[in-house]
Amino acid sequence: MSENSDNNSYWSANIRLIQICLVIWALVSFGFGILLRPMLSGIAVGGTDLGFWFAQQGSILVFLALIFFYAWRMNKLDAEHGVEE
Amino acid sequence: MDQFTINLLFVGASFALYIGIAIWARAGSTSEFYAAGRGVHPVTNGMATAADWMSAASFISMAGLIAFTGYDNSTFLMGWTGGYVLLALLLAPYLRKFGKFTVSEFIGDRFYSPTARLVAVICLIVASVTYVIGQMTGVGVAFGRFLEVSNETGLFIGAGVVFAYAVFGGMKGVTYTQVAQYCVLIMAYTIPAIFISLQLTGNPIPALGLFGDHVASGEPLLAKLDQIVRELGFNEYTAHHADTLNMVLFTLSLMIGTAGLPHVIMRFFTVPKVSDARWSAGWTLIFIALLYLTAPAVGAMARLNITEQFWPNGTSGEAVSVETIENDEAYKWMGTWQKTGLLGWEDKNGDGKIQYYNDANAEMQEKAAANGWEGNELTNFNRDILVLANPEIANLPGWVIGLVAAGGLAAALSTAAGLLLAISSAVSHDLLKGQLTPNMSEKNELLSARISMAVAIAVATYLGLNPPGFAAQTVALAFGLAAASIFPALMMGIFSKTINNKGAVAGMLVGLVVTLVYIFLHKGWLFIPDTNSFTDADPLLGTIKSTSFGAVGALLNFITAYFVSKATAPVPQEIQDLVESVRIPKGAGAAVEGH
Repeated sequence: MSENSDNNSYWSANIRLIQICLVIWALVSFGFGILLRPMLSGIAVGGTDLGFWFAQQGSILVFLALIFFYAWRMNKLDAEHGVEE
Repeated sequence: MDQFTINLLFVGASFALYIGIAIWARAGSTSEFYAAGRGVHPVTNGMATAADWMSAASFISMAGLIAFTGYDNSTFLMGWTGGYVLLALLLAPYLRKFGKFTVSEFIGDRFYSPTARLVAVICLIVASVTYVIGQMTGVGVAFGRFLEVSNETGLFIGAGVVFAYAVFGGMKGVTYTQVAQYCVLIMAYTIPAIFISLQLTGNPIPALGLFGDHVASGEPLLAKLDQIVRELGFNEYTAHHADTLNMVLFTLSLMIGTAGLPHVIMRFFTVPKVSDARWSAGWTLIFIALLYLTAPAVGAMARLNITEQFWPNGTSGEAVSVETIENDEAYKWMGTWQKTGLLGWEDKNGDGKIQYYNDANAEMQEKAAANGWEGNELTNFNRDILVLANPEIANLPGWVIGLVAAGGLAAALSTAAGLLLAISSAVSHDLLKGQLTPNMSEKNELLSARISMAVAIAVATYLGLNPPGFAAQTVALAFGLAAASIFPALMMGIFSKTINNKGAVAGMLVGLVVTLVYIFLHKGWLFIPDTNSFTDADPLLGTIKSTSFGAVGALLNFITAYFVSKATAPVPQEIQDLVESVRIPKGAGAAVEGH
């Protein structure tokens, strides 16, 4: 029973982490890269604006950071909840 | 030494390397054929997955599509990298924990239904074959150029090479070969980009040069490019012109599709541990990002170089003369590419010059009438040739051109091989052994795997003769299909305990069929030309192009599965327990062969 409730808290911690990561994922690509680009048009980057940079390079860099952050957090979470391999 | 000999040397040497590795690591058992005995380090696996992933679409086609459209085609960049976030967060670790060989085995077990497995196999085959068509388009372009033959002849030769190469080994041979292919293709992509970035901006890192200053004019590179293309009546490079809804849906389709493609997911079955599956996705994206951060620079810089070649005296001066194109060393690339049938120009007004401009633009039509121009005289510039022609356009040394030819072929071959492997395992392992003839011997399973590879490549070659689009666009269709069918089933299988067998089957069928019909309505039934009722210029539903429909198909899949599951019998306890166990890394053993 206690193992079950621990598994549940492990899973809900995982879901929370996934939600946070996916919000950032959508914000930098669909948000800054496309929909919110007009809002960022005041910020100049090398002959164009910040939205263009997010669409062509920035989002990719954030994606990378997200995956490594998630892997690092989850491997820690595995150990905290005693569910590591 | 002439350029043809140099190309032959580079391509020959790289092929000798791949074949050598394939023979050295030849698969002996079915386990090795599919999953390399699971002894692959995350970094090695990441590099191989990157090679597997970056195909003719990424290498040959994508920068060309960005170059001629600009900002609007950033969708390819975001879409083909953002999917790795979904893969790493939503699928890879759980599928590794589940521990079977193929995607359809997971769907069959989780949805406790041979029908679900069968439907998944069909979805995988449809998406993978579409993908291979795109690869064959790229293979045709690359072989056509480097053997200096027509595009069609190049396609037939390429098909033979892909077949010989994929049949040789299974995953194990392919894994180590793909590491070598990654090294070749990333060098081939970045070295010419570094040269060109140095020429134009003085910055040795192309990704930074893109946002740097243009040395010749002192202005920012992108501002200079915007100005030049505007003066010729084209859309400004950095501005947003495309329909926003379609851009969002297209990006989303590519992202979801990435996480639903069998040959990529299969890779995450081959790492030793669940935690490695998480890292592996990150490593893969690092290796992919090296190319994807360079690609927008390649596109913008190539567009600038090409435009300046046609207007050597500036956009208000005289255009380049036919005599110069035919005789000047700097324009030699035009002659060689003309032979492939993928580049064409015509002196329509007979003034001995080639005017390149946008003849659909009203202002330019006025200017043309005043100057006696009779339409854009660069009549054909196939987007798929841009990357391969790029070093020649920039007048780079012969060895760089040879290296790019080898890199383009490496990209197309590695992906084609990975896809053929996924198709063959779907047919022989899931369809024949899993469903029709369970008692098939291991030897016959390997044989049927190889036969299905041959059939798949024959179909793809035939359809590749009249492809539904440029390589990257055809590949985007494959992503739409994977997005609409496989990804939702996998995700619901892990994150929901209430989606049952009937719900999953209905969802996959609705997603696949609706998306496929939508694509066929726009691209022709079975991609046969002239059988389409609509075009992507004027799509059936509002502004949603067939390449962007995958995201809609995925949504329909989720909705169907939810309501069908609600109306039918609940998921049995032992399956709910299975879902629980997939969610927890503890107890992940080596994967076992499924039946």
